[in-house]
Amino acid sequence: MLRFTLQRILATIPVLFIVAVIVFMILHLSPGDPAAIIAGDNATERDLEQIRQSLGLDKTLFEQFAIWLGNVVQGDLGYSFFQRKPVAELIFQRLEPTASLALGTLMLAVLIAVPLGTIGGWRMGGWLDRFLTCFSVAGFVLPVFVTGYILIYVFSVKLEWLPIQGYHRLEGWKDVLPWISRLLLPWLALGMIYVALIARITRASVSEALTEDFVRTARSKGLSEMVVLTRHALPNAAVPIVTIIGIGFASLISGVVVTETVFAIPGLGSLTVDAVLNRDFPVVQGLVLFFGFAYVFINLLVDLSYILIDPRIRY
Amino acid sequence: MKSFKRLWRNLAFRIGMVTLAVLVFVALAAPWLGTVDPAVLDYNHINKPAGERVDFTIPGGETVAHTLWMGTDAYGRDIYSRVVYGTRISLLVALFAALISVVAGTFMGVASGFFRRMDPVIMRTMDGLMAFPPILLAIALVAALGAQLWTVIVAISIPEIPRVVRLVRSLVLTLREEPFVEAAIALATPTGTILWRHIVPNAFAPLIVQGTFIAASAVLTEAALSFLGLGLPPDIPTWGNIMAEGRVQFSQYPGNVLFPALFLVPTILAINLLGDGMRDVLDPKFSKKLP
Repeated sequence: MLRFTLQRILATIPVLFIVAVIVFMILHLSPGDPAAIIAGDNATERDLEQIRQSLGLDKTLFEQFAIWLGNVVQGDLGYSFFQRKPVAELIFQRLEPTASLALGTLMLAVLIAVPLGTIGGWRMGGWLDRFLTCFSVAGFVLPVFVTGYILIYVFSVKLEWLPIQGYHRLEGWKDVLPWISRLLLPWLALGMIYVALIARITRASVSEALTEDFVRTARSKGLSEMVVLTRHALPNAAVPIVTIIGIGFASLISGVVVTETVFAIPGLGSLTVDAVLNRDFPVVQGLVLFFGFAYVFINLLVDLSYILIDPRIRY
Repeated sequence: MKSFKRLWRNLAFRIGMVTLAVLVFVALAAPWLGTVDPAVLDYNHINKPAGERVDFTIPGGETVAHTLWMGTDAYGRDIYSRVVYGTRISLLVALFAALISVVAGTFMGVASGFFRRMDPVIMRTMDGLMAFPPILLAIALVAALGAQLWTVIVAISIPEIPRVVRLVRSLVLTLREEPFVEAAIALATPTGTILWRHIVPNAFAPLIVQGTFIAASAVLTEAALSFLGLGLPPDIPTWGNIMAEGRVQFSQYPGNVLFPALFLVPTILAINLLGDGMRDVLDPKFSKKLP
């Protein structure tokens, strides 16, 4: 098992390398001259030359990539053109709201979707199952910025139950309530598609597990349906559920970027949007790289969790 | 024709097809559907409520009696006209994004599956591309290429390519072992002819299905990009741009954000239903792509 874990961790290195190459290439497609962006309108040719040299833009593409990658490995993602701060520091400052949004959504979605999907798979064709089917269609079709604004309209503008937008930093126990009250709607809006995704897979794999012999044995032993479902069917249905959580992480991050704009949350998503609007390429590069690495890392965790979830899996 | 009849018997396909036909009609007939020029600003009618009938100033200074079905925005532009004209952009983006990613994906998938030497390079690149959240990758591409209609379409297409490549590659890998391909190789048929005559036609049905799902997700991605202010230039009326402009004053005038959604959501639903229907009829084995 230790050997597998190590192998799997080592196997991410080439993927991370390719991710880095793609990020580097994309931002170098750009036709504009970064030196001109930094220098502003009144720069002379000499100024430009100086900036190019200080940024290493006079070197070949290959050399630039090697230098950049060396810095990235050491945690140095470069300097923001505009804020004159290290990109890594900017990302770290904005991490809390995004982490609150993404992890809260993930937890809420699992808490809603797994019971819903389990009951759907248990009583296929029942009213809850049919509701689930409609809900997943809605989850896939309604974009998060539409759901988000409908929720704001109903709960913040009309009913005035919740604050409209913004974020409250979590610094102590007294901040928990305002923190939740501002994140509840974003969690729900962003959670829709995730609930749809997880509930559908849970339904399919629970209903499959329920046809197994061990379920019949458990039932004939006289175990209650509750125990059959939670102790026998669900653990055997867990692998596909965890897999979809990993795959869905990409749509979660896409959704985070949009949701932060809808709810005016000052996280990594709004940092991305501002950086693109300012043509602040090091920040864009750093963020895209960060999210790519995060995806690879989450899926590494998912792969490793199989061993814990399912003792039958041996590598 | 025969397969169309079979498709027509499928309810999901029928609903999707009819809705899409209506949307195509709306896009083509936009000037005659009680609209005014979507770019024209009338400062006398700013933030009007939906349904009001006003004398709207058109270019040249004349006024026409015009019903504001969806009200006006902060610049006094008619939202209904903008939304109707926005249909054109959405359908255009859907069509071309699907075409580009299917064609590019097919080329790479065939290359990867048929010429085994290229396989590792192509597939590892595709794995790398799939590690990025689709919208984020599109944002980075728009940032690099600049925001114009064609760059936005390309930026939306690229994140979709890996799925097509994987699909085509797996089809090619099974097809190249089929007796008719072996026979063609034994007859010394040129490789290009084998690919074009024997491999590609057999991959057609799943590709159309996949292309339809890509079209649906392209509509969504374009709307999201424009909504973030990173998509098409703001003077082009797209559903996402209209929603982006309405964002600032959403709590007073929710219409600017919610009316375009009345078009956006049915469009995505219709294209998805079309894909579902076609998948069920044409290719029962092919499992639905997960977003």
